[in-house]
Amino acid sequence: MSSTTPVDRRSFLKTGIAGATGLVIGFYLPGRREVLAAAPAATPAVLNAWVHITPDDKVTILISKSEMGQGVETSLAMLAAEELGCDWKRINTEFAPADKVYYDPAFGMQGTGGSQSMHSCWEPMRKAGATAREMLIGAAAQKWGVDASECRAESGAIVHTATKRRATFGSLAEAAAQIPQPKDVKLKDPSQFTIVGKPTKRLDTPKKVNGTAEFGIDVRRPGMLHASVEHCPVFGGKVASFDATKAKAIPGVKDVIQIPTGIAVVADNTWTAFQGRKALDIKWDEGPNAAVSSASIRKSFEDACEKPGVVSRKEGDAAAGLASAAQKLEAVYEAPYQAHATMEPMNGTADVRADGVDLWVPTQFQTPSQGMAAGIAGVKPESVKVHTTYLGGGFGRRGWSDFVAESTIVSKAMGVPVQVTWTREDDTQHDYYRPASYIKMSAGLGADGKPTAFTARVACDSIMSWFFPGSITNGLDSSSVEGVSDIAYDIPNFLVDYHLMKGPIPMGFWRSVGASQNGFFSESFVDELAAAAKKDPYEFRRDLLAKQPRLLGVLNLAAQKAGWGTPLPKGRFRGIACLEAFSTYAAEVVEISIDKDGTVNVHRVVAALDCGRVINPDTAEGQVSGAIVYGITAALKTEITIDRGRVVQTNFDTNPMLRMNEVPKIEVYFVPSEETPTGLGEPAVPPVAPAIGNAIFVATGKRLRRLPFKPEDIA
Amino acid sequence: MAIHFTLNGKPVTVSVNPDMPLLWVLRDTLNMTGTKFGCGMALCGACTVHINGDAIRSCVTPISAMAGKTVTTIEGLSADRSHPVQRAWMELDVPQCGYCQSGQIMTASALLAKTPKPTDAQIDDAMTGNICRCGTYPRIRKAIHRASELHTAQAKPTGATADDVPLADSVLAGGAE
Repeated sequence: MSSTTPVDRRSFLKTGIAGATGLVIGFYLPGRREVLAAAPAATPAVLNAWVHITPDDKVTILISKSEMGQGVETSLAMLAAEELGCDWKRINTEFAPADKVYYDPAFGMQGTGGSQSMHSCWEPMRKAGATAREMLIGAAAQKWGVDASECRAESGAIVHTATKRRATFGSLAEAAAQIPQPKDVKLKDPSQFTIVGKPTKRLDTPKKVNGTAEFGIDVRRPGMLHASVEHCPVFGGKVASFDATKAKAIPGVKDVIQIPTGIAVVADNTWTAFQGRKALDIKWDEGPNAAVSSASIRKSFEDACEKPGVVSRKEGDAAAGLASAAQKLEAVYEAPYQAHATMEPMNGTADVRADGVDLWVPTQFQTPSQGMAAGIAGVKPESVKVHTTYLGGGFGRRGWSDFVAESTIVSKAMGVPVQVTWTREDDTQHDYYRPASYIKMSAGLGADGKPTAFTARVACDSIMSWFFPGSITNGLDSSSVEGVSDIAYDIPNFLVDYHLMKGPIPMGFWRSVGASQNGFFSESFVDELAAAAKKDPYEFRRDLLAKQPRLLGVLNLAAQKAGWGTPLPKGRFRGIACLEAFSTYAAEVVEISIDKDGTVNVHRVVAALDCGRVINPDTAEGQVSGAIVYGITAALKTEITIDRGRVVQTNFDTNPMLRMNEVPKIEVYFVPSEETPTGLGEPAVPPVAPAIGNAIFVATGKRLRRLPFKPEDIA
Repeated sequence: MAIHFTLNGKPVTVSVNPDMPLLWVLRDTLNMTGTKFGCGMALCGACTVHINGDAIRSCVTPISAMAGKTVTTIEGLSADRSHPVQRAWMELDVPQCGYCQSGQIMTASALLAKTPKPTDAQIDDAMTGNICRCGTYPRIRKAIHRASELHTAQAKPTGATADDVPLADSVLAGGAE
C-alpha cells in the first residue's frame, strides 16, 4: 500500500460511509517493508471508521489505540470481530490515522493511557462490528430479495438461513457500504460470545519473532537523514554558544543546527550523528536550576508539609478521631523520581513538506502529536498525517510529544525526511519522570484495634502542571493523591491534604501514575496499623473492607491462592497489599527471603485481579505478570536522583532493570466477572512495593518507609 | 575500507568507517532493522546477533572485527519462523512490546545450540544479559524449555536423540539463506 493517500482522510470520514467505495485509501502498515515501494493499493469498502473490507474478503479492523505491548491490537480486533461474524483467522489490522473520529471519550483526544482502552472501546468496537454486520446483511438481503431478518453472519459470509445461500463479506462489501449506517444495532448477549473471553493468540507475535514488526526507530524513508540532539544536561538550561567545526568535519555529518532543545547533528546514519554529538563544543547556560538536587527538592517538600495544604478528602472529624484514640501512629514516607526506561529509546521520523507533514512515530497520543507537528510546520492539523508504528514500550512516556517536535523541527530545517534518535543516556536523563513524593501520615486506633481516624499530608510534583494544567482545580492535582485519598478502608474520620509542587524536573505519567507511590504509602501504613493493633495484616484489611466487595474479593482470592497463614520454609516471609486503581482491583501476596547483606530475593508473587470481564485471558495474564516485574524493579532497584540540576543516572548500569535471574514465580488469578471491562496495564504495579516492604517488616522488624528498598537499609 | 563477511548465509561487502558498530551497519547501511538499539554499551542485549555461532552484542562490536566472520541476525534465523525458538515464542505468545525479543531469541537460540536441554540455572546464566522492560521473563523461560522439547521432537526422526545431535547454529538456523 502507498503511504500517501489521494483522499483527504478527514473530510472523507466526515462524509460518513455512504459513497465511500471505490476510493483508494492508502495506509501505512507497520511491519511491512514494501511500504517503501509504491505497491498497488487494494480497494477497501469502508463500512465505518473501524471496519474495512476488500473484495478478496480481507477484513481490516482499524486500531485507534497504540500497541505498546499490552495486546490492544488483538483485543480491539476481538471486540469488533465478535460482532462482525468474520473469520478470525483472516482478520487484519491497521493502526488508525489521527482523527477526531478516534477520540477516546475519556480524554477528548486520540490517545492511549490510563488503562482505559478496554473500558473506552468495549462498546464502540463491538458496535462498529455489529454495524458493519448489519450493513452486510442488508446488502445480501437486497441481492437475494429476502428479508434481512432471515440472514445471519457466519465465518466471513452472510447466510440466508432458509435456503443456505451464502455470500462472502468481500462480495457484499461494496454494496454494503452504500447502505445507510444503522443506528442502535443489537449487540450479542455475552453468553453467545465465541471470541471475547477466550484465550486468543496475539496478532503481532509473528512479526515480533522475526524482526519484521516495525517500531518507530525502524522507519526508513527514501532520502531520509538521521539526527541526534545534544540536550542541556541541566533542566531549564540552554545553549550559550557552540562550535560545530569538529563535528562537521566528520565524514557523513550533513549539518549541525541549533533547535530549541539543544544542538542537532544531522548525518547519513545514526552512529555518525552520535559521533558528531561527541565532537561538539557547546557552552551551556545552565540557567536557574544548576544547584537543584534531590536533597534540595526533598527539603522543599518537607517544608511544605509543615503547613496545611489543599484538602482532597475530608470526612468526619480527623482531629477528634485522633484525640480519642487509644493508640496514635505517625509516619513519614517518601518515593523518588522514576524513569520509564522503554526498551526502544525515544525517536521520531518526520517528513515536512510545503503541503503537509508525514509523521512516523511511536506515540501514545496521536492527535496531540499531530497538533504539535502542525504548529511547528505551519500547516493545518489535517495536513499532518500520523502513522503510528509499534511502540517499543510506552508506560506513559510516549504520551509526551518531545520526540515528535524534534523530528519535525529538524526535517523542516533540512527539507528532507529526518529520523531523530535518542541515546539510552538521553532517554534516562531527559524523561518526564514519575513524581517524587513526600507524605506525613497519622492514624488512631481504638481500644478494639479499629482505626478511629486517618490523616495524610502529601507534597508531590504535579504531573498535570506539565500535561494538562487546566485539569487542576483549587491547586489540587488529583493524580498526586490517587491511591491515598481514595483508600477504601472503613475509617470514620478522614483528612487528606496536598501541596502542589512544581519544580524544574519534568513530570509524566508512569505506569500506574499516582497509585505507584501512594499505594506504597497507604498500604505500608495500613500494615503498620495492623501490627500496632496486633492483628494479622490480611485479617485486619479484610475486616475494614466489608463494604468493598470487589476489593475484598481480590484480597481473599490472593490470600487463599497464596496459602496465607500456612507455614513457609525457614527464611521465607510473606507480605500482602491491595489497591484499586483505574477501577480495577488488585491484591498481591509476595514471598521473600533476605540475604545477610540485606539483599531482598522475591521468590513468589500471587496476584488476584478483578477487571470485570476479561477480554483475552492470555494477554491479561501477561499484563499483570509484566506489571509485577515493573513493580519489583521500582521497589528494589531503580531511582532517579538529581545533582547540580541534572539526572545522575545514565544507562542500565546506573538505572538497573530486573533481569531473568531475579524474577520470581508469578501466579495470576482473575475474579470471574461480567462487569464492564476495565484496564490491566497498570493496576498490578502499586501493590508490589508495599507487599515486599510488609514482608521485610515480618522478616526483620524494620519498617522501610522510603523507596527503593536498599540492602544497607535492611542488613 | 571494504569489509567482507557472511551475513545470513550470503557474502556481504560494506565500505564504512571501520569503527562503526555492526549494529548500525545492519540497521542503517543494510536497512536490516530487526536487530535493535537499546543501550549502546552491551548492557541490555537488544542488539544480540550470532557471530560464528556465539551470541554477541552488536552495539559494541566494530564492523572491522567482522572481516571473514559469519553473522546471523534475527532475519536469518529461519526463513519462515520455523526455528524451534521462534515456534516456541509463538506458541506461548512471549512478546509484549516486542522490542527486546530479537535479542532474546538470538541469545536463546545460541544457548540451545550449545546446551540443548538447559536447566533453569543455565537459562539464568545465558539470559541475564537481556533486559525485557515488559517483564516477559517467565514466558521466555517457559519458551526456552519448550523450544528444547520442539528441537528434540524435530531431531528424533533422524534416529538420534537431542543429546547426540550437535546443535550447531547452522542446524538450528534451519532455513536461513
